[in-house]
Amino acid sequence: METEGDVEMEERIRTGVAAATGIAIGKVLIWKNRVLPVTKRTVTDCEGEKDRYREAVAAARRELVELRSKVAGKLGAAEGEIIEAHLLMAEDPELTAGVLQKITEEKVNAEYALESVIHSYEALLEGVDDPYLRERGADLRDVKTRIIRLLQGEKGQNQVKIEKECIVVADDLVPSETAQLDQGKVLGFVTAKGGMTSHTAILARSLGIPAVVGLGEEISQLAEGKLLIVDGAQGVVISQPSADCLRVYQEKQEKARAERARNYRRLAAVMGEEAISKDGKRVIIAANIGAPVDIEQALAHGCDGIGLFRTEFLYMSKNHLPTEEEQFAAYREVLEKMGEKPVIIRTLDIGGDKHLPYLQLEEESNPALGYRAIRICLDQTAIFQTQLRAMLRAAVYTRAPGGLQIMFPMISSLQELRAAREILAEAKSALVSSGIKVGKIQVGMMIEIPSAALLTGAFAKEVDFLSIGTNDLIQYTLAVDRMNGKVAKVYDEYHPAVLRLVKYTIDMAHAEGKPVGICGETAGNPRLIPVLFGMGVDELSMNPGRLLETRDLVRSMNYKAAKDLAEKVIMMAETSDQVKEYIAEFK
Amino acid sequence: MIEEKVIIKNETGLHARPAANLVKKASTYPCVLKIKKGDKEANLQSMLGVLSLGVSKGDEVSIIADGQDEEETLKQLVDFINHLEG
Repeated sequence: METEGDVEMEERIRTGVAAATGIAIGKVLIWKNRVLPVTKRTVTDCEGEKDRYREAVAAARRELVELRSKVAGKLGAAEGEIIEAHLLMAEDPELTAGVLQKITEEKVNAEYALESVIHSYEALLEGVDDPYLRERGADLRDVKTRIIRLLQGEKGQNQVKIEKECIVVADDLVPSETAQLDQGKVLGFVTAKGGMTSHTAILARSLGIPAVVGLGEEISQLAEGKLLIVDGAQGVVISQPSADCLRVYQEKQEKARAERARNYRRLAAVMGEEAISKDGKRVIIAANIGAPVDIEQALAHGCDGIGLFRTEFLYMSKNHLPTEEEQFAAYREVLEKMGEKPVIIRTLDIGGDKHLPYLQLEEESNPALGYRAIRICLDQTAIFQTQLRAMLRAAVYTRAPGGLQIMFPMISSLQELRAAREILAEAKSALVSSGIKVGKIQVGMMIEIPSAALLTGAFAKEVDFLSIGTNDLIQYTLAVDRMNGKVAKVYDEYHPAVLRLVKYTIDMAHAEGKPVGICGETAGNPRLIPVLFGMGVDELSMNPGRLLETRDLVRSMNYKAAKDLAEKVIMMAETSDQVKEYIAEFK
Repeated sequence: MIEEKVIIKNETGLHARPAANLVKKASTYPCVLKIKKGDKEANLQSMLGVLSLGVSKGDEVSIIADGQDEEETLKQLVDFINHLEG
């Protein structure tokens, strides 16, 4: 609690910007940013001076290239890209031209010339509205420091040893310095300057340690060696904490630590393992993603593949139709990152309930039953063609043995499926005759409309794979709008009618020798997974957060027992309560 | 010499990471490339130039290409900008 009096004696809470969550309790280490004084000198040998500058830039380049590979490995791509920006700045043609010109015109030393030119750029950046851009001034200063250090003849980078665990307190932190920090010993960061997007914040988040930035001048009150509590989530630092305060935070820390250890153990135990039941039945555990950026999460949680790559993001985040090139780049990125793991990409599945002005979708009274998904694509074939072309071209980049799996949503009849396949065939031959490389693909469809489920046998003859979209299947089977809160209770994933349709689909598809996956939310529901597994589903695709638990669950199950459970549910349950009863008896 | 207007749509505008990607891409072309915002103009192959232009989401800029393969270059760059992430 804040009280009057000597701040050094009393517990004091100071607030800054909550830059990275977590709790750190440790001793303060004051980090002094290196200041390199620059004096203006007159030079007579301008050419020599220019050469000296060029050499320093070349040396800076070598340092940064080395730093980039170290940083990207330790801290991930985001940090690596900041170093990349430093590289570009150091070699920037305008900067170099400006410095060389100043040396020639004013006959000054390289250090002074560099400092003045950078100063004018810094002034430009300060005048910019965007806080993120303004903070980039720190990057500029770091590049300047690096080059000046080299000009002044210091070889090698700052090697600063941190002996004991501590909380690093600084005016500001720059990449060239923090890359040298012994990560294991830093418990948290506190800086006077900076915001959510400053280097310190990004670094702390990627290291998983707490950080409070933008504390301002008060930072000078934090004394070296004294105990400090950093609460990253709240954005506060507490100096001279009372015994009570300390205890509360220590408990919070312990709890968090125990949670992390539990997750880590589970991760370690299950991550690389196949999802095979105790009696040897395997199922593919895949991830649902909405954009390439989700891949990291999916891989981090150990997916066997991507069971559903939703492509709507391409159409929703822009104010124009995504071009073939834009789509190609996105699909290619996902396929390259997934390597040998299979990827299922779903074609456009959007309707009037999403506001897409450029698509001119009229308001409908029943959008779920209206002009959407494959119906739009079969009507506006140019849009469909563009997407399929992009997929066919991107297919070259997968290393999955089966190729890229293309999946059509919302198919209700064989005519629709055949029409879609024809357009795909046209797209392929157009590419081939233009001499554009086309990769290996498989064609599949979603089973989400009851008519498709009931005719699975016929569909299975004409596709390579099927995936049950339980969200919409439930909606259409129970005649309930899943977006309508008023009838939310009617939407019931345990409804025996839905489960019977799922079983029927799996059986009919298997009779034709085709694999079936489930990609709706039900696939990640641990209570229903034993039933689905027992029905013989080949793939379960879910949000990345559920991957590990599901893998763990499958490995703990006995397939024969799950099969019995599924049969019992299908044969005997007439209400969802009964379904839940049978599930509860299981295991 | 040809020119095309484009609206910046990625979340954080042309700051360090997307700017770096754009500048790197622009530097692979042999022609002279400029980016213009309002009456301020910068060399598209200069990281500092692009940064100091201060381009945020929603800004309209002009991309100017002058030289070898300027049409194809401009087309590719505008496409690249429209696909910028971050």
